[in-house]
Amino acid sequence: MSTISTVFKKEVVDNFRDRRTLLSALLMGPLFGPILFAFVINLSVKQTLGGADDAVDLAVIGAEHAPNLIAFLESENLHVVAGPESREAAIAGVAGGEHDVVIVIPENFGEHLSSLVPATVEVITDQANTQAERETRRVTRALYGYNQEIAALRLSLRGVNPLIMRPLNIDEVDVSTPSGRSAILLGMLSYFFIFALLTGGMNLAIDATAGERERGSLEPLLCLPVKRDALIIGKILAACFFMAVSLSLSLTAFHFSLKFMPFEELGMTPNFGPDVVLLAFLLLVPFALVGASLMTLVASFTRSFKEAQTWVSVVLLAPTMPILIVSILMVRPSTWLMLVPSLSQHLLLVGLIKNEALNGLHVAVSVGGTLLTGVLLMWICARLYRREGLLGL
Amino acid sequence: MIVVEQLKKSFGLVEAVRDVSFSAPDGRITGLLGPNGAGKSTTLRILYTVLRPDAGSASIDGINVVDDTLSARARIGTLPHGAGLYPHLTARENIRYYAELYRMPADVIEHRVQQVIDQLGIGDFADRRSKGFSQGQRTKVALARSLVHEPQNILLDEPSNGLDVMATRALRDVIRELKAAGKCVLFSSHVMQEVAALCDDIVIVAAGKVALQGSPGGIRERMQTDDLEEAFVRAIRLVETPA
Repeated sequence: MSTISTVFKKEVVDNFRDRRTLLSALLMGPLFGPILFAFVINLSVKQTLGGADDAVDLAVIGAEHAPNLIAFLESENLHVVAGPESREAAIAGVAGGEHDVVIVIPENFGEHLSSLVPATVEVITDQANTQAERETRRVTRALYGYNQEIAALRLSLRGVNPLIMRPLNIDEVDVSTPSGRSAILLGMLSYFFIFALLTGGMNLAIDATAGERERGSLEPLLCLPVKRDALIIGKILAACFFMAVSLSLSLTAFHFSLKFMPFEELGMTPNFGPDVVLLAFLLLVPFALVGASLMTLVASFTRSFKEAQTWVSVVLLAPTMPILIVSILMVRPSTWLMLVPSLSQHLLLVGLIKNEALNGLHVAVSVGGTLLTGVLLMWICARLYRREGLLGL
Repeated sequence: MIVVEQLKKSFGLVEAVRDVSFSAPDGRITGLLGPNGAGKSTTLRILYTVLRPDAGSASIDGINVVDDTLSARARIGTLPHGAGLYPHLTARENIRYYAELYRMPADVIEHRVQQVIDQLGIGDFADRRSKGFSQGQRTKVALARSLVHEPQNILLDEPSNGLDVMATRALRDVIRELKAAGKCVLFSSHVMQEVAALCDDIVIVAAGKVALQGSPGGIRERMQTDDLEEAFVRAIRLVETPA
């Protein structure tokens, strides 16, 4: 039996008995994602859909000055209630969070309206309060509606067609498919998968150098008549194996948990059937080699298991960087971007969820580029493993 | 058979080994004796190839440890200082892992693993995970692991550290058995009594140099004292305070 497979087998058996590895590989990674994701989804459903047309209480100061406006607001399902005594009290109330929005109608409102002077209506709101945003938008929309209605009425009275005020008829045609719309939210998924993948192999990567050194098992291991390259490659491959296990568990967990998330209410249909799960696994799994090698590399510079954990946790964040930058800049997938590990996986996965056809060249470049980077990192690890200083003497 | 000639090794500005030469023949127990920091461990580490010497040479059964590292490693069994086991594996699995890495034929591995388990009296805890092992149990398993491929040369770095009286005795018995089987045993220690009780030849190392070497009787004679400990102290002074 070759050295690599001996080391691989031993590492797998060893780590399946290690509670720390099991916890991170088989529990933490796969469960953390779906739970957090379900939480975020439910929250956003509540925010965007939470009773868009429900009756809302609207505090109004000076309601008696504009009975017609009040009637209009009531017809828009805004339930008018008496506001604070004064404008100052209203401002303080909104700033203090007692009211989301307060309307102030001045005494001269009717007078201005009948003498064709623009009549002021104040909408007091706190732009920094995201909770009040939706309500404010409803109130201002209702006010603009009233504004339009009065304007049209005035024109009709003067024998002018109100349509003269509408030279444009703006019609937005949304071509996004329900799957496409879900992609924005589901773009987050790729990070959860990469996170799950990396946590799965974290302990093994640390163990390859820092752990073995701390335990005192590295020195006798290095005295054996085997090539050090074979030792480190066996260990990195074992880490890849745990990463693949963690990734497949995470994908499966998502496959089942997405069914229980209220996507239909958001007008989304995530494309995440068994075939997509399998494809996603195949697209993501090459990243395991990069992750395992990178973590082993980082860990080999540290002096103890604890120190290694600190530094390797930083590696957990590294793959988010390209994903984050691309999400902000809204970059479209290109062949060049497929050369960047983690980014290429993210872009391919988003396409997959959007139900777009996979670009064969992109897949080839992503898989090839990622594996090449992984092999390069593994080679650097092997070089470092040959160093004398490895023992930390 | 181990031959060391004019070995030198520095770590930065620290000269750990300045000039060490000795030979450890087959069928004899050779003790590297010296105070802490004398260069014993560094010398042994060069011999089991985890360190490369700056100058000088070392050979195992005539194989140069620098030029043909893998062949040299195949001819030694080592018990490094504080050798650790894999806590999630049983004693037997720890030993078997090494047997597999030594590339022993699959059909002899089980038999040979059982043999060293019997030889070192590990049987009672052979199939328990090594997590909770005592220092004595750990040392026994680590030694069994290094003997599983029946090496001709055995290198032990402070093997009796942290062992109680019974465990030390058991260890000595194993070392004597190895000698009887014609093996070359080289071990380091800073404990005079231990070296005196076991060794055929003693190499006294201090400040990175060999202060004196010979049989226990020969050393006593050369230092003109009946007390071996006194001889040890006098020999060290020879190196540390050059006349």
